[in-house]
Amino acid sequence: MITLTTDLKRLGEVKAPAGFAERLLAHVGMADSYAPFETVLGTVYVAWNSQGVSCASRSKSAADFEEVFRKDVGRPLVQVDPPKDLAAKINDELEGRHRLRFDLRSVTPFQQAVLRKTNQIPRGEIRPYGWVAREIGHPAAVRAVGTALAHNPIPYFIPCHRVVRTDGQIGNYGGGGPEAKRQILTMEGVRVNRIEELAKAGVRYQGVKTTKVFCFPTCHTGRHALEKNIVWLHDEASARAAGFRPCKVCRPAPQLSA
Amino acid sequence: MGTALIDVTERLFERMVREHQNRVFALGLALTGNRHDAEEVAQDTFLKAYRAMVTYPPDRIRDLKQKAWLHRIALNVVRNRARGIKPRMVELNGSEPDQAIGTEDGALLNLELDALAGRVSALPARYRDAVVLRHVQELSYEEAADALGQPVGTVKANVHRGLKLLRGDDDDHSDD
Repeated sequence: MITLTTDLKRLGEVKAPAGFAERLLAHVGMADSYAPFETVLGTVYVAWNSQGVSCASRSKSAADFEEVFRKDVGRPLVQVDPPKDLAAKINDELEGRHRLRFDLRSVTPFQQAVLRKTNQIPRGEIRPYGWVAREIGHPAAVRAVGTALAHNPIPYFIPCHRVVRTDGQIGNYGGGGPEAKRQILTMEGVRVNRIEELAKAGVRYQGVKTTKVFCFPTCHTGRHALEKNIVWLHDEASARAAGFRPCKVCRPAPQLSA
Repeated sequence: MGTALIDVTERLFERMVREHQNRVFALGLALTGNRHDAEEVAQDTFLKAYRAMVTYPPDRIRDLKQKAWLHRIALNVVRNRARGIKPRMVELNGSEPDQAIGTEDGALLNLELDALAGRVSALPARYRDAVVLRHVQELSYEEAADALGQPVGTVKANVHRGLKLLRGDDDDHSDD
């Protein structure tokens, strides 16, 4: 058999299976894994690694998502069968029960601070960009907060849709435009039309006469106030002048030290 | 180890995987005789390499003779499997169908190669390893001797004997 050594040589030219390198890199935590998930928001593509969820998008196809991931994160990426419990965790997270960790290494420390703060906004509530800026210790960086949220690599999960313009208008949304933002907020129980009516009327805060506390209109602590005890307030100064103090839960304004 | 250093190691590791994945997989196929085991061997080889690399100082990583190093690790992986030391392999998420199967010709070629891999893997280990390194991986006798930790003469003899066995004229097989 004269061809034996030639055949052996051909055996040496066999290729590794497709995706071998990516699966291996994913296993040692150097590549992210992804899969599509059916959620309350429809099909959402989600990428994750050992640090947590790193990217999400309502992409139309796997190829579209890979493109989003390449731009936003840039690590190697491989589509896999997800771990059994991940789908449940994803749905819990989207329904307001925190069960996921997030990997935000792809963004700057400032963006990380914005996103971590945004992740503290409860479902069913909204906050202005200026609030996020003040809470993370950069009260003047309102525009930068807007930019950071527009480039949120994990929309829906990190709820950048809950951050709205300081004048109360719902504002724009990187996760699918203003309409998608209104839709998601409505699904979460925010009365978007009412919020916008209040905003048009120049109202920023809701005060409760009996407690002398003022809140953002969606704050859950103010939700049970009787209609007759509610006063609508236009700004911090007039609220304080009328004897109201800011709510310690939604923190619509800094607490003044006594 | 600092984050930056880990980063450098990871870049080097990724490059190493992409550069050598086919070679290590082919080595696994020739040594084990089937694609499933070959993929496990290749995965385990790179995982062992990774675990070692993260403990190495940067200049040692830079000076690694990757090809020879990976061959030595792969041979050890196969030996350990043969001894029944089942490596703690986590099933990596599902293999995709093989990319080479696309045309009638491609499929046929694969079947032939797999049959040959089966015959090679069935050789006694010392002949198998020598033949695979010399003729499948096309190492020089010196490189093969280095990877096997044997004298060049021994490797030459084992290659010769291995090829003879593969050709089917093993009349003098019983004398060793």
